Amino acid sequence: MEVFATAVPALSDAWGLILQPIVLGYLVLGVVMGLAVGVFPGLGGIAGLSLLLPFMFGMDPILGLALMIGMVAVVPTSDTFASVLMGIPGSSASQATVLDGFPMAKKGEAARALSAAFASSLFGGLVGATFLTMFILVARPIVLAFGLPEMLMITILGLSMVAILAGRIPLKGVAAAGLGLMVGTIGEADAGGSLRMATYDIPYLTDGLKLVIVGLGIFAVPEIVSLLRQDRSIAKGASLGAGWLDGVKDWAANIWLSVRCSIIGVVVGVIPGLGGSVVDWIAYGHSVQSTKDKSNFGKGEVRGVIGPESSNNAKEGGGLVPTLLFGIPGSGSMAIFIGAVALLGSGDIEVGPSMLKDNLDITYSIVWLLALANVVGTILCIAASGGIAKLTTIRFTYLAPFLFMLISFAAFQSGQNSEDLLALFVIGLIGIFLRRFDWSRPAFLIGFVLSNPVEKFTNQAFQIASFRFRKSFGEGMEYVFSPIVIVLIVVTVVSVILGIRQAKMIMAEGDVQAGTKRAPLIFLLVIMAYLIVALVNANMIPDYNMTDKIIPLVIGSVSLFCCVILLIQMMRRPEGDVIFADKEIAGEDASAPHGLWSTLAWFASLIAATWVVGFILALIGFLIAFLRIHAGSSWQMTLILTACGIGFMCLMAGALNRDFPPGLLQDMVSLPWPLK
Amino acid sequence: MAISNFTRRAVVGLIAAAGLAAPAAAEVDFSGKTIEWVIPFSETGGSAKWANFFAPLLSEALPGQPTVVVKFMPGAGSTKGANWFQEQNHDDGTLLFGTSGSTQFPYLLSDPRVRYEYNDWIPVMASGTGGVAYLNAEDGAKFDGSANALKDTNFIYGSQGATRLDLVPLLAWQMLGMNVEPVFGIKGRGDGRLMFERGEANIDYQTSSGYLGGSAPLVESGQAVPMMTWGALDADGNIVRDPTFPDIPTFKEVCEATDGCETTGEAWDAWKAFFVAGFPVQKLAFLPGDTPQEVVDAYTAAFQAVTERGDFADISSKRVGKYPVFSGDGSKAALQTATNVDDNAKAYVLNWLKEAYGVELN
Repeated sequence: MEVFATAVPALSDAWGLILQPIVLGYLVLGVVMGLAVGVFPGLGGIAGLSLLLPFMFGMDPILGLALMIGMVAVVPTSDTFASVLMGIPGSSASQATVLDGFPMAKKGEAARALSAAFASSLFGGLVGATFLTMFILVARPIVLAFGLPEMLMITILGLSMVAILAGRIPLKGVAAAGLGLMVGTIGEADAGGSLRMATYDIPYLTDGLKLVIVGLGIFAVPEIVSLLRQDRSIAKGASLGAGWLDGVKDWAANIWLSVRCSIIGVVVGVIPGLGGSVVDWIAYGHSVQSTKDKSNFGKGEVRGVIGPESSNNAKEGGGLVPTLLFGIPGSGSMAIFIGAVALLGSGDIEVGPSMLKDNLDITYSIVWLLALANVVGTILCIAASGGIAKLTTIRFTYLAPFLFMLISFAAFQSGQNSEDLLALFVIGLIGIFLRRFDWSRPAFLIGFVLSNPVEKFTNQAFQIASFRFRKSFGEGMEYVFSPIVIVLIVVTVVSVILGIRQAKMIMAEGDVQAGTKRAPLIFLLVIMAYLIVALVNANMIPDYNMTDKIIPLVIGSVSLFCCVILLIQMMRRPEGDVIFADKEIAGEDASAPHGLWSTLAWFASLIAATWVVGFILALIGFLIAFLRIHAGSSWQMTLILTACGIGFMCLMAGALNRDFPPGLLQDMVSLPWPLK
Repeated sequence: MAISNFTRRAVVGLIAAAGLAAPAAAEVDFSGKTIEWVIPFSETGGSAKWANFFAPLLSEALPGQPTVVVKFMPGAGSTKGANWFQEQNHDDGTLLFGTSGSTQFPYLLSDPRVRYEYNDWIPVMASGTGGVAYLNAEDGAKFDGSANALKDTNFIYGSQGATRLDLVPLLAWQMLGMNVEPVFGIKGRGDGRLMFERGEANIDYQTSSGYLGGSAPLVESGQAVPMMTWGALDADGNIVRDPTFPDIPTFKEVCEATDGCETTGEAWDAWKAFFVAGFPVQKLAFLPGDTPQEVVDAYTAAFQAVTERGDFADISSKRVGKYPVFSGDGSKAALQTATNVDDNAKAYVLNWLKEAYGVELN
């Protein structure tokens, strides 16, 4: 109780600090900057915060905090635009939003989806802050109760969501998740440094593939290509149905779902080391399980938007706990935040255990500035959503070149390598085929995202557990089967059982018609070939580096086993069985006026040209050629649009001090900045 | 209040900088230019903190007050960025590159990815840090200045990898005859400390700033007991007590007090060589090899002006620790100590890595 006695005055001090016009002014400034950065997929808070860093040195702490928090807080709000409108997951926080948000946009309900998402975000942020105000005082021991076995179980709970997203053939979903996990192991192993499916001769692969690239490749590229082939607007019939008010009403009708998902967000966000990667999937899984009529999930169910969006802003609040109390950043942007706090004022604020003792007022200011930034950001976003939703009525041929521009730039920002674009193309190709043959893309992405945590926590927990078991059996059991672990095991088992039962009703790709055997069979064989190569490759790692090979071997074997069963089923079942689902047989893709390869060639040409003359020059050529030839615009229109695109790109990159992918030309001659 | 403080400090800094940098300013002028300080790590690491701390100070001190921006080029444990810098030539003096112990160790151990050569570059600034190892309360009670009573305990340590800076603590504990099992794959020393706080690890080490921020409170509350620092180097290259932690014995002292641990011989020489390469000179700032002398001089003068600011000791101790910052010839000497490990030491460490952890670097 003693702690609470100090908390109340600190809380009122905090409000005293926050409620000054100049502080609120800085907060709004930060929010506006955050929104501008956040709509750019793949950039997110890290780029924005880095931009602010030079100004933080010696700045009044509360003003600096207001500016930075304003920026960080709204990124998970504003990246919803890209997820819903374009099907582009802007960050790991908005992956699950794509599943139902984008189908809603396709139905002409973009404004409804956006405002439901924003209302949920706002509410989640506020619930998170309220919860934190109390919780932060007692958080330390609770956070410390989450050891490696507990974190492993939460990761597995996240992975169990595959069951619900697996689609009509559960085995295909499991194999897709396994493939995602295997792709996630590419590169240098964390534990022993062994190379998996990589070589030092291609340094790019040793770092592994980045989430931004895989997210864009798996979700965005297939959708963009598909829409471009159909040559229509995102919203079918180019008409907008339900407006932004309906979205707010939807949220109000599902307020308890929003509350529960917010709590999930804060609690998972509090645990250091997990970050945001699992939160939205767990929230999505919960939304599905708690909905009676599950038939609309994946086709534009508003609850599928409300759940993840409630959780992802609440998670930001939860993430403050490890950041402030332990000095351990929950995410990349939080890491910069910690560094920036040390630059503020006279450097007296040091994140870590002293935040509760010496700086409780500052701690509370941070918590509530975050909540307030959510409010301001959300109101701005809802106000803008009706107008921005109109983008979905534009003929897609006019949007596509700019989307290719955006995703290429976003992919390059993740690693600043020219190979990033190539990786995006290759992963995009995998995404296109996963979509075509109805292999669950969410399952693949969950596998990829959780690959590293699964491997890391398994190895580390195993090592420490065997150490405890050597001491005594009792101590080992106590470590491995703590009460938290047991609860999580029960939750996981229940969610897998429920998930498998419900999965058949959730068709993320719609009702895909089945066709002949040949194409699905070839795709399966290609996947099997990759798995076999990866298995052989993992097996070549010497045994003393067992930690580096055990996970790829186990996961690879399980996935391969699933594939073998699928292969047997494919051989025995007749053509037209649901196992041979193929989007090219019937439906939108099959009847599209443009072919897959010719459409994809446009994107390939942009990447190839970038390789030669660098991004901006390639982009000028690409935009002109695309708009003139593919879209058939007049010269005047073509030039105006091209100039707008290039201007926007240079403005954003210039303001954020980012470079563009260079080409062979840039290797030979030195050019001024945008062309550099 | 804080704003006016800052303004005053900035003005004082500017005057100091103007006075000191005046001779160089006659030849080199960076007015209106932007200096890119490239760090081969992500935005989130210690090197980012280090560069972000120096960038605004450098900007004030360079002739013409250019904007100094920190750029990040992470990849392959910093070897990607260093390989890139190796290919860069002098253009207009607006490119600066920063490295850390994590760039030095792969170089010293002949990592196959290393395609850079420190001796090709021109160092303009160098700074160091220290490190403190500590134990949990239970095992700490057995510590009496020697490791004799710790040899029967099984220790667990959260490690970032045996070929990284963690080589220094791991080798030290092994020399003391302690049985420390590293749990590999953690992402930063903060995660290691968390593992220690959860009771999963029972031994840990932090660099000086990490220790002061996160571990010293554990010591105060009785959850941790400091064991030893790695020490600091005096002018003659001897290991002496770390000025930041004058009350904590050095590894050298603990080793001398422990049965079977020698402060002479090849194991000691190897440990010392890698300690010197990793801690007293941990971070360096470089210009490309073909940079003209007047530009080098301008940077040297600027870094000198930064370190001679009246408030430098005060602002730097909180952000980068109470360790010397070298510029000019000092940084050249620092580079020499940081990147030269004799072949015996190298062979010893490579062999130890192979036998203890099965790591082969080729």
